[in-house]
Parts: sequence; structure tokens; C-alpha cells
Amino acid sequence: MHIVVCIKQVPDSAQIRVHPVTNTIMRQGVPTIINPYDLFSLEQALRLRDQHGGEITVLTMGPPMAEDSLRKALTFGADRAVLLTDRYFAGSDTMATSFALSSAIARISTTWGSPKIVFTGKQTIDGDTAQVGPGIARRLGLNQLTYVSRIADIDLAGDQITVERRAEGGVQTLRTKLPCLVTMLEATCDIRRGSMADALRAARAEVVKWSAADAGITDLGKCGLRGSPTVVKRVFAPSARSEKAHFIEITGKSNEAVAESVMEEVFLRLPAIEADLQKMAAGY
Amino acid sequence: MIEERFDCIVVGAGPAGNACALTLAERGLKVLQLERGEYPGSKNVQGAILYADALEKLIPDFREDAPLERHVIEQRIWMMDDRSTTAMQYRSEDFNEEKPNRYTIIRAQFDKWFSKRVQAAGALVICETTVTELVQNDSGRVIGVRTDRAGGFIRADVVVLAEGVNGLLGARAGLRCVPPPKTVALAVKEMHFLPQETLEARFNLKGDEGVVIEAAGTITKGMTGTAFIYTNKESLAVGIGCLISDFAQTGETPYGLLERFKSHPSAAPLLAGSEVKEYAAHMIPEGGYKAIPQLFGDGWVIVGDAGQFVNAVHREGSNLAMTTGRIAAETIAQIKTRRDPMTAEHLSLYKKRLDESFVMKDLKKYKNLPHALENKHLFTTYPQLLSGAMQTWFRVDGVDKKAKENEIVKSFFRARRFTGLVSDMFSMARGWR
Amino acid sequence: MSSDTSTKSAPPSGGRAGMKKELSEEFKAYKHVWVFVELERGEVHPVSWELMGEGRKLADKLGVELAGVVMGAPVDATKAAAAECFCYGADVAYLVEDEALASYRNDPYTRVLTELVGTYKPEILLLGATTLGRDLAGAVATTLLTGLTADSTELAVDADGSLAATRPTFGGSLLCTIYTLNYRPQMATVRPRVMAMPARSEGRIGRVVEVKPGLVEDDIVTKVLSFLPDRDSSKSNLAFADIVVAGGQGLQSLDNFQHVKALASVLGGEYGCSRPLVQKGWVTADRQIGQTGKTIRPKLYIAAGISGAIQHRVGVEGADLIVAINTDKNAPIFDFAHVGLVADATRILPVLTEAFRARLSVNRLAS
Ligand SMILES: Cc1cc2nc3c(=O)[nH]c(=O)nc-3n(C[C@H](O)[C@H](O)[C@H](O)COP(=O)(O)OP(=O)(O)OC[C@H]3O[C@@H](n4cnc5c(N)ncnc54)[C@H](O)[C@@H]3O)c2cc1C
Ligand SMILES: Cc1cc2nc3c(=O)[nH]c(=O)nc-3n(C[C@H](O)[C@H](O)[C@H](O)COP(=O)(O)OP(=O)(O)OC[C@H]3O[C@@H](n4cnc5c(N)ncnc54)[C@H](O)[C@@H]3O)c2cc1C
Ligand SMILES: Nc1ncnc2c1ncn2[C@@H]1O[C@H](COP(=O)(O)O)[C@@H](O)[C@H]1O
Repeated sequence: MHIVVCIKQVPDSAQIRVHPVTNTIMRQGVPTIINPYDLFSLEQALRLRDQHGGEITVLTMGPPMAEDSLRKALTFGADRAVLLTDRYFAGSDTMATSFALSSAIARISTTWGSPKIVFTGKQTIDGDTAQVGPGIARRLGLNQLTYVSRIADIDLAGDQITVERRAEGGVQTLRTKLPCLVTMLEATCDIRRGSMADALRAARAEVVKWSAADAGITDLGKCGLRGSPTVVKRVFAPSARSEKAHFIEITGKSNEAVAESVMEEVFLRLPAIEADLQKMAAGY
Repeated sequence: MIEERFDCIVVGAGPAGNACALTLAERGLKVLQLERGEYPGSKNVQGAILYADALEKLIPDFREDAPLERHVIEQRIWMMDDRSTTAMQYRSEDFNEEKPNRYTIIRAQFDKWFSKRVQAAGALVICETTVTELVQNDSGRVIGVRTDRAGGFIRADVVVLAEGVNGLLGARAGLRCVPPPKTVALAVKEMHFLPQETLEARFNLKGDEGVVIEAAGTITKGMTGTAFIYTNKESLAVGIGCLISDFAQTGETPYGLLERFKSHPSAAPLLAGSEVKEYAAHMIPEGGYKAIPQLFGDGWVIVGDAGQFVNAVHREGSNLAMTTGRIAAETIAQIKTRRDPMTAEHLSLYKKRLDESFVMKDLKKYKNLPHALENKHLFTTYPQLLSGAMQTWFRVDGVDKKAKENEIVKSFFRARRFTGLVSDMFSMARGWR
Repeated sequence: MSSDTSTKSAPPSGGRAGMKKELSEEFKAYKHVWVFVELERGEVHPVSWELMGEGRKLADKLGVELAGVVMGAPVDATKAAAAECFCYGADVAYLVEDEALASYRNDPYTRVLTELVGTYKPEILLLGATTLGRDLAGAVATTLLTGLTADSTELAVDADGSLAATRPTFGGSLLCTIYTLNYRPQMATVRPRVMAMPARSEGRIGRVVEVKPGLVEDDIVTKVLSFLPDRDSSKSNLAFADIVVAGGQGLQSLDNFQHVKALASVLGGEYGCSRPLVQKGWVTADRQIGQTGKTIRPKLYIAAGISGAIQHRVGVEGADLIVAINTDKNAPIFDFAHVGLVADATRILPVLTEAFRARLSVNRLAS
């Protein structure tokens, strides 16, 4: 079974700095990481491959340095990496991104066989829209399974997949046909550590680099800035919440007294909660 | 076990490891370099000064694409007591030369760039992989390493220990002892970010010009150590370091000292309004010549900090690391072409070459300095005396200059007595010679 | 597989290149503000009414109608939801009833909503940034080839009547205001509890437009086999709990973490933790809160011995009330906590638990 996993290289949000004057992101020296959410999808893909055989292609669209993230994905055990990089992609929003990625996936299918499953992460920590996955699914006509917490069953012969999906207020069990697009929910599995052999293989692997043309994209109007219907007009730093935390007075108080005032403060600010708790305590 | 066998495994991707791996790869050896950090440099966050010479010998055209912050055109040396600073400042237009001699760099970025060159040269570089053990055969010869990854025993003819100051691997394998606290300084450092414009105005810099400030005095509360401020493009590297043994005695914390330095009236205005992003602690070997351990054996050599190659006086480390890394590599390559085994006997050539190089000559020159610097007066009494002298001298208060001179001289004798002064001078002189 | 299912021709100079508004004739016809009403198992998700409140303001600014879109099985609950739209300010309710819409599935919902938009041409379409809303919005926007601003925290219409949607980016370290100038509808999703719940005005009525989509179950490949409501599941219900108590490295030992569990159970809430505790193996991964863990939006969040690193912060900021217990008065968590207590959590937690237990048992006797 061929599986494609889309990963994105993102700046480590812990390290982001905002220029005090221009309010622009100061990327200089900000370390990059694989979007943490994507790792859960990658791990799922690896497990499926280990069970059912086949191979995994990791795909990213980004600047040349995104190759590092792909190589890291190979260290986890992926079989092949494709870097989609071209200045025409600069400034893509989710629409343009899903266009570029789906074009690349189409090209991957003709080159190495159609994937049965395309994985994306739940969302990125920089774009944070959770829209690229659905966008890809739509463009490629894949059955869309988002917020998947467990892949319950895959029937390759019957091209069927059964998953548990996080819905509002509960968990849906869905069955659909392959090929499909899956976005995994966070913290659904422990992420493995590649073996020494994997690490050696990854260090040697050739990362496939594609330009827009290589990916078979002819209409550049659908790429990058020009292909992005959304317009970012203004970027600004959030006005730091004026009042810092209200500190509970502790000097000269016993722990019991302190606890008492914490509770009072909570009930003062959330009267509803006290009511709810009393209902609960009263046993109905 | 991994079937594959390498000519050489380099442990660590700091300046020493990179210099070594690069040289070996360029000479066509099959090299595997293992780094425990997420990427080369991720464990080396300290802002630092890069000395062009050592790097030029490895990558002559490094200036074209290396991530350099600023070239240093001004050096300040601060002697501080709690309220005052006596400064020596040297700034020269000559440092705005075509091929500057010293640069400020951000190690995280620089090491990454360096490593890319190593990979381009053909070495296999694998990060997020910690070497846990040197594998030895019955006769004690090192034949490979084991890592924290599954199936991690890898064979090599020779293992280069570029693991940095703590030298744990070598020690664990019983090839050396861990450096004693008296020979290791603990340095803490912060990155203070400022808008480029602001920073350049504060240090009156234009373009890529940079300033280096080294400071000593009562800021270290009598402990042997120094503080520094380096200017990067849009940040300041601010740090302070003292001997671990001193921290142990005084119970001071490195961070406490750094706060003290940052709030000093001479430093505070330079840092005002900056945003602190990184905070890092790292050790610096400062034992000098006398602390250098056994550097080679059957199937192994030690390079860089792991071998205590740091010139504490001139704050040189990365250049010694690169040079020792390079020389070790050249030696290994030579032995390889002669088809000789990587035994202690043949690897001893490495030590011989070091002795002939500036590395050993410099460290020899200062071999007595670490001892001399244990004299606490250097970090307490003298800075205060100096400051007092300056005040007496510059204050215009109707006292005649002759009287001022006498007063100053007296203050020195009062504080240290004749014998004290002489012995201090003597030991410093010996340390310097 | 085809690389692009769309055939619709793109209007002149879209994207950030064309920063000025150049609406094609086709799009000039788009009017009115729509809110997608999230109806599952007979219940409307509160976020839909919160959006209705926002939508009302936008519609009034633009001088257009506000409509709610209700989809579901042909049952009373569906009709009731449509009627309810008016109580929250809608002028029109599009009522789409079909057995195939009984439970949410991306395919039929996307088909119906895109057709509705094609027929009735709204200029603004708002959805909740819930698992359902995000799943649907992405598919609809891509099919319509229009812009979508996800997880907006603020909505406004500016002078020339375009929707200005503001959202956080880079893990909340920045905000950006986003427009969809040259395409329609302008789509945005908004997270639950970001907008205020509007007052419900009983008896308010409006126009109901009934739509018969005529879906054929056999054409829909995805089937819902079962639905397990959270209250029946044993698994952690962190993401949806009203009260969450979490502990971090400050608790120093696994034993001390029991205090967190104790308080959580007395409050009938869920317990969670920061990442290091998961890495230590003290707590299972499904209880990690933050960027690579769960994002929670409880009414009450109590954090004990957690420093409040940005990756943790982004996971809890949605909480109505954040109470932080930390020995370090400069810990970053106090920058976004509402109530702060500078104290040793390992000491305070047990007494706090007792305090709540006492108070509640008193009330039990009373009632
Ligand atoms: C605060 C501070 C300021 C300094 N300023 C300067 C300066 O201005 N100029 C200057 O020239 N020098 C400076 N130095 C000294 C300089 O940083 C060191 O001399 C230099 O980094 C030594 O290089 P190295 O390669 O030997 O060791 P390191 O740079 O420490 O590299 C060792 C590498 O090995 C890796 N490693 C360790 N153990 C293992 C293992 N078991 N498996 C895998 N990988 C492992 C580590 O992760 C690390 O990346 C400074 C040092 C400090 C602490
Ligand atoms: C890519 C990435 C993703 C990440 N994702 C997450 C994530 O999803 N969730 C997450 O939580 N972290 C995440 N992290 C880690 C995050 O950066 C922090 O390291 C982590 O949140 C710190 O956890 P902590 O506050 O429990 O521990 P610490 O940072 O060690 O804080 C402990 C705190 O407890 C206080 N304390 C100590 N003793 C006591 C006492 N007796 N009583 C009260 N307080 C005390 C201390 O003052 C300190 O503030 C991520 C990091 C990265 C790089
Ligand atoms: N540039 C990109 N390259 C590859 N995958 C991407 C890219 N951008 C987004 N994705 C995938 O789409 C998912 C959702 O991203 P987002 O819509 O930005 O939240 C991510 O988790 C990735 O798996």
C-alpha cells in the first residue's frame, strides 16, 4: 500500500520573536521543527506500512531548507521524500497550498503509484487553519476523514477503511472507501525513534526536488500570492492583557485560609460553576 | 549490529568535530559523524567570537556564505567594582579590512552551516543520536561505538572524541579522567534582542561593525572568572563564567552573577529594553596546559574542548578546537594512506604535531596562569584600588597632584602590603611568561 | 486521480497581488450574511448562536438579511432548530431536510451547502471552528474556490463592505487581519466561546425557505456505523470538560500528582498535565494539554506547578477562568492566568481539595 504523508516545516513557536517596531516575525535564527501535529500522522502511516506492507512518501512544500525536515521524516522510517520548492509558491494561503500539494500528489501517483491514503496533520502551528487537509481531499476527490483518533480497520481487498473520528460531544465510527485523506488527532500514539539503520539510510537518501513545472503545474496563476484568495492586510502584536493575574494574598495566612480565599475567588468569578457543583454534589 | 564499517567515526559536531570530519571527508575517508543535538549547534547556543585564521585553513572562502554576525572593530576591557568601571578600549579603522580577523557568530547557526559543508564534502552526519559507549576489544583497542538508537553498534578503524568539555565517553571507557572542578568554568549566557537600529546606535556601529566587551572585577564576587558582551546583528550575547570549584565554595549561582553583571551601572544601559530569548549554561575548560589529558590511544584520539584546548586568557576555544580537529584528521588520513593500523604508536604523531603548533605553544606559555588567577585579590582588591585611584586622580578638589599620587600609592600598600604586591606581581608575571 | 476537480475560471487578479477590490460581475450578485447552524443528534452547538449574534451585527452594518442554514433528518428537532434561528436574530432560515443528513458526513453536507451557496449567493458565510465546522468549511471553500479565514477571533465589515476577519497566528504571538477581496462568499470560522452568546428573544419569527436536496444514500460512500457520546466513554474527556485541573513538573513527584486527580474528581472535572509529565511516563499522552496535546476550553482551569510555556499556553487560553498555583511569582503563567497564587502547590492542593469537598458536602446536607 502506497501512503503519502504531508508534513510542514514550521518555526518553533517557542522561539518566535516579533520585531517591536515593525511587528514582523523575526525568523533569523529561529529554529525550525516538523509541525508537531504531522508527527502523529506520520507515525500512523508508519504503523500501517509495518502491518500491511507498502511504502511511504513524505511530501512538503517549502523553501530549500525544508529538506532538513524531510530527511528527519526519513529517519523515522519513511521510504521516500519529495520537496516541492519554487519561488512561484511564495505567499501561498491554504487554497494555493492545497492546490500545489494536490498537484504534486497527482504527480507522485503517476510516478510511484496512486496512494491509498494521504495523511496530513490536524493543523499547523504557524498557519493553524486545519484547512489544507480538506482542501487536498476535495481537489483529489478523496474521502475525507479528519480528527481521526483511531484507525479501527483497513480492508485492502475491499478498499475499505473504518476509523473512529472525534466529533462534537462524542466519537463517530465511520466507514468509507479508499483512497481517502486522513488527519490524525494529536496525542493518539507515541512517536517512534528510528533505528540506527534508518538513520544511516536517511542520511544517505536523495530527497526528490520538484519545481512547479516538475509537479505538472501549468497554471501558475493558481500558485503562491496570485493563487491565494485571502489577503493579509494587517499583522500586529496582541495587546498584552492589561491586568496581570489577580494574586491571592498569602502573607500571614494559614494554608487553609489561603485555600478558602482561592475557592471564594473562583465562585465569585464563576457563580454558574458553584451552582453546577452543588447540583452535582446533591447528586442530580 | 550494523554490518557497515567506517574509516572513522567522529563523536560530536562542534567546531572540533566538524573540522575533523570535513578534513577526513575531503581526503576521501569514509566518515560517520554523530551528534546528540537536534541539529549541529542546537546544544551550543553560546554567542561566540570566531577567529578567521583557523577556519580559513579549512574553508578559505568561508566569508562568502557563512552566517557571520559582525566583524569586530572594537575591543573593550572592563575592570569593575560595584559602582565603577575602569575601561581599556581599542577601536581601529584597520579592522574594517577586506578579510577581517574576528567575527561575532551565533553558534547555533554557524555550526549548522559548518555541518552542511561537512556533508557536502561527503561525510555522513546523523543528529539526535547520542554515542553511549566506546566499544573496545579484549586488548582494549577501540573498535567502534554504541548509540542510543536500536541496533546501534557501528565499527570504525578510529574514533575521534570531539564530545566537548565533559569528556564523559573517554572517561567512561577509562581512557582518561573527567576534568576536576578546578579546571572547568561554568558559563551562563543570555541572548538579548534589540532592533538593529537601536543596537548600532548604542555601540556607535555602522554596517557589520561589531564590539566585544570582556569584563572582570567584583562582579564575580571574588571568584575567578570574567563576563562578556558580544554584539550580534540584532542581539547581544551577554554572559559570565566562573570556576565550578568557586561556585561550589561560595554557594553563588551563575544566574545570580549574571543578574548582578546585567544590573551594573555600566552594563544596564547597553541592555535596556532588550528582549531576552535564550538562556544557556555551558562549561569551559580552563585548566590549560597542565590539565590536558592523554590525547590518543589504540583506535581513538581526543580533539577540542574534550582535550582542554582552551586559551582562557584570550578566550580562544573554537579556533583551538578547529585546529586540533584538523591536525588529528590530517594525521589519521596520513596513517590511512600508509595503510598502517590506527594504533597508539601511529596516532602519537598527532600529539607531536600539536606540540609544534601554536596550540601547544600558547597553552604552554600560560601554563602557570590558572594558578596565578586563583589569587582572589585580582577580582576584589585590585579592581577597587584601581577605581579608587581613578577617582582620586580625576576628582578636582583643590588637593595638589603630588598629594594625590602619594594617596594612591599608599592605598595600594595599605591594601596588600609590599610583600603582597610583589608576590601578586611575581605570580602574574610567571603566569604570563 | 485528477489534480484539480475545479473547472470554475478564476476572476481577474485574485490574491494578495490584487490588494484592491475588483469584484467580477458574477460576484456582485452575492448578498446577505449566512450562519451555518451546527445540528447534531437533535442539539444545536452553542457556537452557532454565538455566530448568529455576530452575524446580526454584520448584517445590520451591511443593511442585508441574516440567514441560518439548518441541515438534518426530516424530524421535529430539525424544524425546531430552524425556528430557533429567529429567536437569535435571523431573518431567514434555510431548512434542508433529508434522511442522508441525519448525522454529519463531509460529502453530503459539502454537496448541499455548496449548492445552496450557488443558488442563493450569500456574501458572507460563517461556521463554528468545531471539528464539524472545520471539516466542512475547508471542503466547501475549496469547492467554491473562495477564501476562508479559520479560527477568527474578531469579525468586522470595513468602509467598502468587505469582511475583515482577525485571527491569531504563530501560536498566538501575532494577530493578523485577513480579507477575501475578489471572491465570494467570504468565509470564516470562529471558535466556540470566542463570541458572546446573544440574548434569546422568544417569539421572534422570520421566513423559512425549505430545500429538498434529494440525496440518494447509495451515492454516499461514507457510512456512520456508530456514535459514542463522551459521557458514555471511559476515555479522557479533557477537550470538552467544563472543569480541568492540571499539574506540571513543579509537583516534583508522581505521588504529588495524585493531589491533582483528587481535586479534579471532587470538582467532577478532568485532570491533565504538561508535556514533561507525559515524557516522564507519569501520565498518559491523551492527558497532555497544549500545542502537541489537547486544546481545552473549560469554564475553569486550575494549573499547579506549570510554568506556562507558550506551547502550554496555546492549549488553555480558551478557558473562561484560569487559576495558577506556582512558587515563582515571575512564572510566565501569571501573564495569562486570571487568578494567581504564589505558593507550594504540593501543600495547597490537598487543603484546596478539602475546602471544596467541605463546602459541597455542607450544601448536600442543606439540600
Ligand atoms: C559562554 C561561552 C562563551 C565562549 N566564547 C568563545 C569565544 O568567544 N570564542 C571561542 O573561540 N570560544 C569560545 N568558547 C569556547 C568554545 O565554545 C569551545 O571551545 C568550542 O565550542 C569547543 O568545540 P568542541 O567541538 O570541542 O566542543 P563543543 O562545541 O562543545 O561540541 C561538542 C559536541 O559534541 C556533542 N556531543 C557530546 N557528547 C556526545 C555524545 N555522547 N554523542 C554525540 N554527540 C555528543 C555535543 O552535543 C556538542 O555538539 C565559549 C564557550 C562558552 C561556554
Ligand atoms: C515543539 C514543542 C511542543 C511542545 N508541546 C507542549 C505541549 O503540548 N504541552 C506542554 O505542556 N508543553 C509542551 N512543550 C514543552 C514546553 O515548552 C515546556 O517545556 C513545558 O510546558 C514545561 O512544563 P512545566 O511547566 O510542567 O515544567 P517547568 O517549565 O519545569 O515548570 C515548572 C514550574 O513549576 C513551578 N514550581 C516548582 N515547584 C513548585 C511547587 N512546589 N509548587 C508550585 N509550583 C512549583 C516552577 O516555578 C515552574 O514555573 C512543547 C515544546 C516544544 C519544543
Ligand atoms: N507547505 C506545506 N507542505 C506540506 N504539507 C502542508 C503544508 N502546509 C500544510 N500542510 C499539511 O496540512 C496540514 C494542515 O495545515 P494548516 O491548514 O496550515 O493547519 C498540516 O498539518 C500539514 O500536514
